[in-house]
Amino acid sequence: MTELTLSKAIGAGLRRALADDDHVLLMGEDIGELGGVFRVTDGLKHEFGAERVIDTPLAEAGIVGTAIGLAFRGYRAVVEIQFDGFIYPAFDQIVAQVAKLHARTDGAVKVPLTIRVPFGGAIGSVEHHSESPEAYFAHTAGLRVVSPSNPQDAYSMIRQAIASDDPVIYFEPKRRYWTKGEVDLELEPLALDKARVVRHGSDVTLVAYGPLVATALDAAEAASDEGVSIEVIDLRSLSPIDFDTLEDSVNKTGRLVITHEAAQFAGLGAEIAATITDRCFYSLEAPPQRVAGFNTPYPPAKLEEHFVPDLDRILDAVDRTVGRENSLTGFVAR
Amino acid sequence: MRTGLSVQTPTAVSDTGNEPVQLLTPLGARVESPEYDSWVEDVTADDLLAIYEDMVVVRRFDNEATALQRQGQLGLWPPSLGQEAAQIGSARELRQDDFVFSSYREHGVAYLRGVQLEDMTRVWRGTANAGWDPFTVGMATPAVIIGAQSLHATGYAMGIKKDGADSVAVAYFGDGATSQGDVSEAMVFAASFTAPVIFFCQNNQWAISEPVGIQAAAPIAGRAPGFGIPSVRVDGNDVLAVMAAMRVALARARSGGGATFIEAVTYRMGPHTTSDDPSRYEDLGEHEEWAAKDPIKRLEAHLDALGVLTDEVRTSVKAAEDDAAKRFRAACIALQDPDPMSVFDNVYAEPNSGLERQKREFAAYLSYVEGTER
Repeated sequence: MTELTLSKAIGAGLRRALADDDHVLLMGEDIGELGGVFRVTDGLKHEFGAERVIDTPLAEAGIVGTAIGLAFRGYRAVVEIQFDGFIYPAFDQIVAQVAKLHARTDGAVKVPLTIRVPFGGAIGSVEHHSESPEAYFAHTAGLRVVSPSNPQDAYSMIRQAIASDDPVIYFEPKRRYWTKGEVDLELEPLALDKARVVRHGSDVTLVAYGPLVATALDAAEAASDEGVSIEVIDLRSLSPIDFDTLEDSVNKTGRLVITHEAAQFAGLGAEIAATITDRCFYSLEAPPQRVAGFNTPYPPAKLEEHFVPDLDRILDAVDRTVGRENSLTGFVAR
Repeated sequence: MRTGLSVQTPTAVSDTGNEPVQLLTPLGARVESPEYDSWVEDVTADDLLAIYEDMVVVRRFDNEATALQRQGQLGLWPPSLGQEAAQIGSARELRQDDFVFSSYREHGVAYLRGVQLEDMTRVWRGTANAGWDPFTVGMATPAVIIGAQSLHATGYAMGIKKDGADSVAVAYFGDGATSQGDVSEAMVFAASFTAPVIFFCQNNQWAISEPVGIQAAAPIAGRAPGFGIPSVRVDGNDVLAVMAAMRVALARARSGGGATFIEAVTYRMGPHTTSDDPSRYEDLGEHEEWAAKDPIKRLEAHLDALGVLTDEVRTSVKAAEDDAAKRFRAACIALQDPDPMSVFDNVYAEPNSGLERQKREFAAYLSYVEGTER
C-alpha cells in the first residue's frame, strides 16, 4: 500500500501500462516535457521516451483520428484531452469513428483506445474548463464511459481501460486530483462495469460518480445526524450502468436520489430514474429525485457554487424523498 | 531506373501549377516528360493491356451496380464512372503490405486490393455494416464522413514508422474533403512526424452539386507545400501519369522522406449517387469536354497506336467484363438479409452488460411475435 493523490495514481497506472505493453502509447498536448497541465503524465516522457509519450500538434480531432490509425496498426493509444470543453473538435472522430469502427468492420477492427478527459467544475476557472460532457458519450453505442472517484479506482480503472479491447472514455474528476488515498498497486480490481456501494444505508439510495462521490458521502454523514440513513453508490461506470446494484439498493431503501454536475436535462440521472422506476416501481416510496447542473452554460466562477450540486442541495432532495419539509414545500409550479 | 528524381529533400518535387502532369494526351499520344519518363519506362505494352482490362472491368461493374440500384437491388450507389485511371493507376502501384483508407467511391482501388465485386455492394444493399475484412486486403472499409479517413491513414503511417517498416498508408479522398479540417490536421501530423502517407485527392470537380471552385480558389495541390509536404497535380484521366506520380510518392515514403500530396484532376461523369440529379447543376458543355478526355478511351487509343489492341485482345477483354458482370449480378442478388438479432453483434469487442439485457429483451419480443423460441 502506498499513499497517492488521485492524479499520481493515474500516473502510476499509466506507468504500469507503458511498462507492461510496448504497444501502449500516450498522446496529447503538453503531456511530454510539461507532464500535462495537471502533471498526470509527469516524468513519463523521461522514463519511456518521446516515441511513446508523444507531444502532439494542438488538434483534438487529429489526436483521436491518428490514434485510430495506430489502432489499425496494433497500437493501444491513451490520448489526453486537455480539458472537458476541448473535446468537441474531436467529437466526430470519437462518436462516428472510434465508437463505430468495430461494428463498421463487422468486428474485424478493434479500437482499444483510452481517452482521458479531466472533467467537472468548482475549480474557479473560465469557460470550457469546467464542463461535464459525459452524457454525449454515454449515449453513443460502442463507447464505454467510466469515472473514478478515488485514488485506488483511478489506478485500477485506468489500467482496466487501457487493457480493454473497446474504446473507453475515462473522465477524471479534476477537482479531486489532489485527494490522497491508499493505493494497493497489486489489488485485484472490481470489474470495470460494476458500481460500488461505498456507504451502506437503509432509507435513501444516493447515486453519484466522479467528483460528487465525496460530496455524497459528506451528505450521508450529515443526514445520519438527522436520523436519515443514506446508502451511497459510486457508479464508476457510466456506460454501461450497473443497474443491478442500483436495483438491489432501491428495492431495499425505496428512495432514489441521483446527483451529477452535468445538466439535468437528458443527463445520466434521467436514464437512471427511468430505468429504476421501471425495475423498482413497486418498491418506490417517492419519485426519484435528481440534483444536477442547471440547463445553462457552465457559469462564471463566482456563480459555480450555485451550479455545482453541493451537500445542501443533495440533502434538500433527500428531504423531498422522505417527506420532510424542503425547498419545494408549498411550491406552485404552474 | 527510378533514381532520376531525388527523394532526399521533401520539397524537391512540388509540381502544383495549373497544368497537370500529363504523359498521354486525350487522343492517346505519348507526351515526353524529362521529369517523369524514367519513372514509367519499365511499363510494357502487356502491363498497359492488363491495366486497360482492369479499367474496363471496373467500369462495367460500376455500371452494373447502378443498374442494380435502378432495379431495386441496391438502396443507393455512388458511381466511380470516369475516375478509373486515377483509381487503377494509383492502386496498382501498392504492395500487399501497404494500407488504404478510402472514401466510398473508390471501387477501382478496392478491386485491385482484392475485394470481391459483390462485397463492394453489401453496404449499399443494406445487408452488412462492412463489405470486407480490412486486414485481409489491406484496405479499411470506406469512410462516409468526408475526410475523416485522412487522419486514420496518417496514424497508421505513424505506426509503420514506429515499426521500422517500409510500408505506406494511402488516404483517398475528394476535392470536397480538402475543405474539411481533418484533412488539414492530417497534413500537420504527417509533416510533423514524417509519416509515410500519401494523400491521394481525386479532384473530380464536384462535391455533390458544388463545383470545386467553392472548395478551392487555387489548385488544391498548392496547399500541401505550406504544410511542408511536396505535392503534384497530375492528369487523373491519364493512367500513366497517375502511375508515375504514385511511384514518386511511394519511393519518397518508403525511403523515409514522408508524405506526398497528389491531386489527380479528373471528372465525375456520373451523379454523386443514384439519388442525385446532375441535370439541375451540371453544364452539359463541360460534361462533353470531359467525355472527350475519357480515361479508358485515351488508353484504348494509345494501345491502338502501339498496335497491341488486336481483335483477339478486344474479344478477350469483352469476355472478361461480361463474365465479371454476370458473376457479380448473381452474387449481389444472392446476398441474404441478416438475422434480426445480429443488430447487436460487434457493437463491442468485449461482452457488454449494458447491451446484454436489451438483447435478451429483443429476443423475447421476437419469440413472442413470431411464436418461436430464440
